[in-house]
Amino acid sequence: MARYITKRLIYMLLTLIIIATFSFFLMKMLPGTPLTMEDKLSEAQKEIILEKYGLNDPVPIQYLKYMGGLAVGDLGISFQFDNREVTDIIMDRIGPSMQLGAQALIIGTIIGMLLGLVAAIYHNGFLDYSSTFVAVIGKSIPSFIFAGLLQYFIALKLGWFPVALWGTWQHTVLPTVALAMFPIAIAARFMRTEMLEVLGSDFIQTARAKGVNKFGVVFKHGVRNALIPLVTVMGPLAVALMTGTLVIEKIFAVPGIGEQFVTSITTNDFPIIMGTTLFFSFFFIFIILVIDLLYGLIDPRIRLAEGEK
Amino acid sequence: MEKLLQVNNLSVSFDTYGGEVQAVRGVSFDVHKGETLAIVGESGSGKSVTTKALMRLIPQPPGRIKEGEILFEDKDLAKLSEKQMEKIRGKDISMIFQDPMTSLNPTMKIGNQIMEGLIKHQKMGRAQAKKRAIELMELVGLPDAANRVDQYPHQFSGGQRQRVVVAIALACNPKLLIADEPTTALDVTIQAQILELMKDIQKKTDSSIIFITHDLGVVANVADRVAVMYAGKIVEIGTVDEIFYNPKHPYTWGLLGSMPSLDSADEDLYAIPGTPPDLIAPPKGDAFAARNDYAMKIDFEQQPPMFKVSDTHYAATWLLHEHAPDVEPPATIQRRMQGFAQEAELKTKGDRS
Ligand SMILES: Nc1ncnc2c1ncn2[C@@H]1O[C@H](COP(=O)(O)OP(=O)(O)OP(=O)(O)O)[C@@H](O)[C@H]1O
Ligand code: SF4
Ligand SMILES: [Mg+2]
Repeated sequence: MARYITKRLIYMLLTLIIIATFSFFLMKMLPGTPLTMEDKLSEAQKEIILEKYGLNDPVPIQYLKYMGGLAVGDLGISFQFDNREVTDIIMDRIGPSMQLGAQALIIGTIIGMLLGLVAAIYHNGFLDYSSTFVAVIGKSIPSFIFAGLLQYFIALKLGWFPVALWGTWQHTVLPTVALAMFPIAIAARFMRTEMLEVLGSDFIQTARAKGVNKFGVVFKHGVRNALIPLVTVMGPLAVALMTGTLVIEKIFAVPGIGEQFVTSITTNDFPIIMGTTLFFSFFFIFIILVIDLLYGLIDPRIRLAEGEK
Repeated sequence: MEKLLQVNNLSVSFDTYGGEVQAVRGVSFDVHKGETLAIVGESGSGKSVTTKALMRLIPQPPGRIKEGEILFEDKDLAKLSEKQMEKIRGKDISMIFQDPMTSLNPTMKIGNQIMEGLIKHQKMGRAQAKKRAIELMELVGLPDAANRVDQYPHQFSGGQRQRVVVAIALACNPKLLIADEPTTALDVTIQAQILELMKDIQKKTDSSIIFITHDLGVVANVADRVAVMYAGKIVEIGTVDEIFYNPKHPYTWGLLGSMPSLDSADEDLYAIPGTPPDLIAPPKGDAFAARNDYAMKIDFEQQPPMFKVSDTHYAATWLLHEHAPDVEPPATIQRRMQGFAQEAELKTKGDRS
């Protein structure tokens, strides 16, 4: 197992280097410089700034310098935010995004799975239709609509939670709920389909023929076998949720990374774009590793295959 | 002999979009203590549905037991609640399914799958149940049981998995074991081993077996009595000898004629013409009439009752009516029957020597 993980970590590193290289050159191909929007500066002033940030060097030199910095964990200095370290800026902003995303993911997955389970157990019954209804709503209505509704009814009318801003845990409740609708829908739909399939399989009949009751059939024999496809879809979803969602962060005035990323693109703030891209990539690859390990935990057939490698 | 199970007029239907599929239509039979009853018949004749109904494992909906009694030790299983049935399944009646590749839970250790019934029905603790699971694995001939008890199904071969399935079914010493084509998915040598194993265990525990199979060769080998099913009904039932040497129903003739035997390589195998009837709208008269060379006028109008041939032998065909013309089975089939008789004689001689 340790060997397997080490190997995976090395691959992760290689992948990151490749991603860094690609995004570096892609970015260099973008038109404009960080100073394109700064009309007040004279050409000479711009020249000084470009020189200071090394933007006048030949591109290969810039690349080598950047990768050199990367090797020691230095993502460079932001062009726009008072010369702050990119690492600092990302770390400041990623916290709220990750927290919201993780909360929405965990709560959403659990509720969604329960809904899907209930739907599968009471297949074609009232509970099945109700849970499918919830899933369709969650999937088809965009999260900013939920956000608006929550702000109006729960925050303004009932006053249970703050309308927006960041600070206490109460501030996280409404954005989490708004974000969770999508994972609820996805988890419910997958769980229902998979569970129905599993409940129709031969080994469930074997279990019932042993005298296992409905509860045991569903929870001891069913759930674990239904989880694998769910894990597959929840991975990318986890990344999407935890790397910041522009809309929800804007609506609830959450100081997250989503907004940061977009601003940095419109201002050609290369170090921030690169830093954020690399951070997201790292996170994505990391989640893939986690998912692969989860597969092994859930399905013994996969565990063995890995052990043999 | 003492009766363990008595099925009276059992009917099972499935409500589908196309209409009511009458999968089992008024089936009656007994199973005695310690005997093996084989159920044979074409695909779709209702063998699996009948036996699943005995354990109340018909998926509901769309299935339902329309009428009939399933008397098992003075209880009518057709009327028990789901809770009461859970106490009988796996303890008094257990089942072996056809495909060992899919009938075990892929994400649960073999040992846990065997222990489940023990813990539930015999109130064993985990340690004790595990010990018993290892014993059972040894009993069904799985070597190195103490280590393999913690392995998963994918680490076992098909034959080994079927042994595990047998171990699960036997865990609580059931009085009735239902085996639904337990060897169809296995190769011939493994088939023979599993059959040997089941016979062996039956001798030790004196349990009764209902054995479903397509393979009449297996029937001759394991069964005491045979029930022939056609289109949701039992059309002939009798001892193995009666069914093989003195079959009365034209469908049984057809089945025997289509059975390959060791020395029949150059013979033409008989194929029953036509296809089974649609069970959504079963024909008014005998369901076999349309495929039957001997069908008479009455066959298309009325269903034949069970005519008694001997105390143990019954067949549902108008040919047995006192006014029916005398009809002999076709010559090829008669030859086959003589062949069976000779084979059997050789076998008994062989057994004696
Ligand atoms: N869930 C179901 N829904 C609708 N019809 C069904 C269902 N299960 C079984 N049937 C029908 O019941 C009839 C009997 O099926 P059954 O499985 O008992 O046949 P069988 O004799 O076991 O055949 P085989 O030898 O192929 O296993 C078939 O016509 C089948 O289509
Ligand atoms: S009852 Fe008539 S149709 Fe049916 S098997 Fe007998 S002879 Fe053939
Ligand atoms: Mg069947």
